[in-house]
Amino acid sequence: MTLPRTPSQTVGPFYSIGLSRDPQNQLADPRDPAAVRLIGVLVDGQGAPIPDGMVELWDPAGRRWGRSGTDSEGRFSFVVTKPEPLPGEAPRFDVLVFARGLLKHELTRVYFPDETEANAADPVWPGLDEESRATLVAEAEDGALRFDIRMRGDRHTVFFAH
Amino acid sequence: MAQLEADPVVLPDDPGGGPEVQVDYPGYRSTRWRVAERPLVTLPEEFHALDGPVFGEDAIGELDNDLTRQHPGEPIGERITVTGRILDEDGRPIRGTLVEIWQANAGGRYRHEVDQHPSPLDPNFSGAGRCRTDSDGRYRFVTIKPGAYPWGNHENAWRPQHIHFSVFGRQFTQRLVTQMYFPGDPLMEYDPIATSVRDPKARALLVARFDLDTTQPEWALGYQWDIVLGRGGAGTTPLEDA
Repeated sequence: MTLPRTPSQTVGPFYSIGLSRDPQNQLADPRDPAAVRLIGVLVDGQGAPIPDGMVELWDPAGRRWGRSGTDSEGRFSFVVTKPEPLPGEAPRFDVLVFARGLLKHELTRVYFPDETEANAADPVWPGLDEESRATLVAEAEDGALRFDIRMRGDRHTVFFAH
Repeated sequence: MAQLEADPVVLPDDPGGGPEVQVDYPGYRSTRWRVAERPLVTLPEEFHALDGPVFGEDAIGELDNDLTRQHPGEPIGERITVTGRILDEDGRPIRGTLVEIWQANAGGRYRHEVDQHPSPLDPNFSGAGRCRTDSDGRYRFVTIKPGAYPWGNHENAWRPQHIHFSVFGRQFTQRLVTQMYFPGDPLMEYDPIATSVRDPKARALLVARFDLDTTQPEWALGYQWDIVLGRGGAGTTPLEDA
């Protein structure tokens, strides 16, 4: 027996009523010496910030999860430590993006800038060109990690089928 | 150009449209600059799918699933219960998973600063609930029927009455955010968010069933709605749930 899947629908502009009641953006204890802020801006295909978006992070090795809404300038932020790698892969978070205008959430990944070798050996790497790979790697910026998400257009983030 | 953009784009039903939403559906104007650039990249086969995330019971308050008892008084509106099961495609219940809902009040107004619909807020209604599914995959909410409301998508655009649902599943790859609609709503066929599911049969999966069995005499109308989650990504091997 296979049941038909329930279709996806957008979170709409008012998701924060239900999904941002508690702060849930800390995947690590901020007092942990290894903890770092992971910040970024969510922008649309015209380069405009998306103020009614939501980003979820999932650490597939450590099974840690978090979510952050975007603010009026499209900014989101998390406190993280680098995940352990899964066997044969580079350390990464899975990233889900939700927003008004997205009828189904989008899936991407964030890799780490100090893992050049492991990133190059990750199973996802061979299928991507240099420019696309670059969109998946966070940048070190003033002691934080910066990972901007561009939905469309020039230097758009790579998104995965799911 | 402005005139063109104001026109609703209503595409005919597409029975071959498949079970998915059409993510770039032109009738829903906000998709235009936001939907991710296609084609999407196919991930290599994944053999490491682990269960999760897991939400402990302590994260959820006792009254979190009753939206009519979060304030000193009761909210205005038609009291309803919404019950159902979270299942996978094989019909197996998804146990202990977090279900979150949010909705407008009976007048079609959200308790959100961006919502300026000239309909009153209800001091006794916040419009958010959450619960975990039981050992049979069941969830249950007590709430009031949300009102329809206008939105700026096109001339005279109104959203059908709906409740937003967010569900996790056994694995992160099963994640689903969707909306539940009510049977017989005349607005549904004019709503490009609903009709972005092109196949009417698939769209019908978003509509709850009125249920006399769960309707409680002298108290609340019962609606029943099951949610079926995908297997979670091509190539993944779901682990048996404990």
